[in-house]
Amino acid sequence: MTDKTTSFAQQILDAQNLAMQEDPTMICMGLGIDDPKAIFGTTQGLQETFGEQRVFDMPTAENAMTGIGIGAAVAGTRVLMTHQRVDFFLLAMDQLVNNAAKWHYMFNGQMTVPLTIRLIVGRGWGQGPTHQQSLQSWFSHIPGLKVVVPSLTENVGQLLYNAIMDNNPTIFLEHRWLHNQIAPNAAACQPLTEAPQHTRVLRTGSDYTIISNSYMLSEALQAQKYLQQHNVHCEVIEIASPTSIDWHIIYQSVSKTKRCIVTDMGHTFCSLASEIANKVYSHCFNALLSPVSIIGLPNYPEPTSYGLTKEYYPDVNTIIKTVSNNCGIEIAQLKSRQHHDVPGEWFKGPF
Amino acid sequence: MADLKHIYFQTLRIRKIEEAIAAKYSEQKMRCPTHLSIGQELVPVAVSHFLTHADKAYSSHRAHAHYLAKGGDLVKLIAELYGKVSGCTAGRGGSMHLSDLECGFIASTAIVGNSIPLATGNALHQQLTRAEGLTVSYFGDGATEEGAFYESLNFAALKSLPIVYVCENNQYSVYSPLSVRQPTGRSISKLSNEIGLKSFSVDGNNPTQALQTSQAAINYVRHHGKPVLIEYFTYRHREHCGPHFDDDLNYREQEEVQTWLDNDPLNNLEKALDKDPEFKAFQKLAISDINQEIEQAFTAAESASFGSIEDNERFIYD
Repeated sequence: MTDKTTSFAQQILDAQNLAMQEDPTMICMGLGIDDPKAIFGTTQGLQETFGEQRVFDMPTAENAMTGIGIGAAVAGTRVLMTHQRVDFFLLAMDQLVNNAAKWHYMFNGQMTVPLTIRLIVGRGWGQGPTHQQSLQSWFSHIPGLKVVVPSLTENVGQLLYNAIMDNNPTIFLEHRWLHNQIAPNAAACQPLTEAPQHTRVLRTGSDYTIISNSYMLSEALQAQKYLQQHNVHCEVIEIASPTSIDWHIIYQSVSKTKRCIVTDMGHTFCSLASEIANKVYSHCFNALLSPVSIIGLPNYPEPTSYGLTKEYYPDVNTIIKTVSNNCGIEIAQLKSRQHHDVPGEWFKGPF
Repeated sequence: MADLKHIYFQTLRIRKIEEAIAAKYSEQKMRCPTHLSIGQELVPVAVSHFLTHADKAYSSHRAHAHYLAKGGDLVKLIAELYGKVSGCTAGRGGSMHLSDLECGFIASTAIVGNSIPLATGNALHQQLTRAEGLTVSYFGDGATEEGAFYESLNFAALKSLPIVYVCENNQYSVYSPLSVRQPTGRSISKLSNEIGLKSFSVDGNNPTQALQTSQAAINYVRHHGKPVLIEYFTYRHREHCGPHFDDDLNYREQEEVQTWLDNDPLNNLEKALDKDPEFKAFQKLAISDINQEIEQAFTAAESASFGSIEDNERFIYD
């Protein structure tokens, strides 16, 4: 087979196409799902392939539409909803928390809710306080929700396909900056229909464990590569689902490396990162040579201004600095991107 | 007339069940918030009279009458109030989260307006799968102030969904009258009509009118595949939540209370049936049958066991 490149967005689209083929009851709805931009290209052509009954745009009514999705799912329709920004979906917390999350348990297992909700996290270019929130810690706090936070092109399609086909409600949080991530070989991506591994050791190393996901995993992998040149060997662990972590993998890694950083895109206070750190302390206390470091967002909203956001997001250099401080070795910082508020030169705004 | 006797029996049965719950509530064995339907029983009876098993229903916090009228199992209802393993959700949901899938009563939920979208989603499923049947969504006047109400009706009108929205307008949200919640003179049924639904409004305590309107509205949905809203004016006799009368608190005008007590649906049915020479005998037998059924349900609930705490982790996803 010849190598064919693929992207994070393309894998998301492939997963939807396959799921729609596999389950003829499945519907896809979302504001702008069939518009010319097709949710950053992730829903391109779905309506043409599967028809207007199964793939449709919807009223700007996040709460009731989520409830309608739940009601249809309870009745036996497999439902995928997509929101271009997680922040707007906050209008739907009643339906999500009081119905979707409770239904199977509250009605004693008599019904299931085969519903997946894709939520896109924004960042940069002045997305500001209400267009960029990473709320995986919030959603993970609610028993009855599954939460998936993809990070890599190689398994995002597999994670989405499996989330859709799961008969329980799943929140699928895509970071906007990952959509253009390219994998050189589509054939090397994880097969969509195989069950995913939610906790994966992506790089092995003996000196430091870095636990991460979403866009921050890209920064962690970059740090791992650079630190290796300085003879610090990091083990990088991906947490693709905060609600189904294989803790054994984490404990085993930290017991070996004796040092640990947990980093994700959320505010650090009461976070997934602090929860993972807590578990590491509880299970690996005697092995640790330095405190577990938590790297995330500060405990205030993101300002909009270019001038005010320069140090808001941690990056590869935050990780490098943390490692060098904790290990007591001098390691020079990497050269920063020209602009801190875009993923690359290709990004010209505005959305 | 035969129909009316059947309607009377159903209404009486719900009244007697609710009164039995009220009478036993102070024993403190039913330890969950309980919203009684006393005074409002005719509405779901008049609606359910024109439903089949293929039709599904969703309801709100005040759901006992909706559940029973649709054919929900009484023994499982009472056991649920007692929190027993034989309850309709084995004690997980309580009075406000009822379900009996066998008769098509999908669920009731506790948050105001929160089941209206679910019912609408059920109707969407029926439309997509070309399933037989329609969906009924029960709620009160308070729910019409929630965004979910407007959002759901908008979608149902947009997609022409087979759904009957049933608003029981009892004029109070706990102690707050309509006058402090909605502009004077605005009608819930007219508002719904402007949103794009065919709508009806009727005295929900008047047997003939309630039945005629229910039939007309449900037939409309069946024949046209489009949504309707029926606003039934009715009144709760007792407190918002709990077994007691609470008019000593003076939040409702005495005259208003009396007017509605005089318009009690059960009395109205008795008056309508009074000329039937067989009614007295029918009534006597009905009361005896119902009382026996209620006694059995309470005995079964009291003697049933609580579920095992070890089962609390059942139905958590793998």
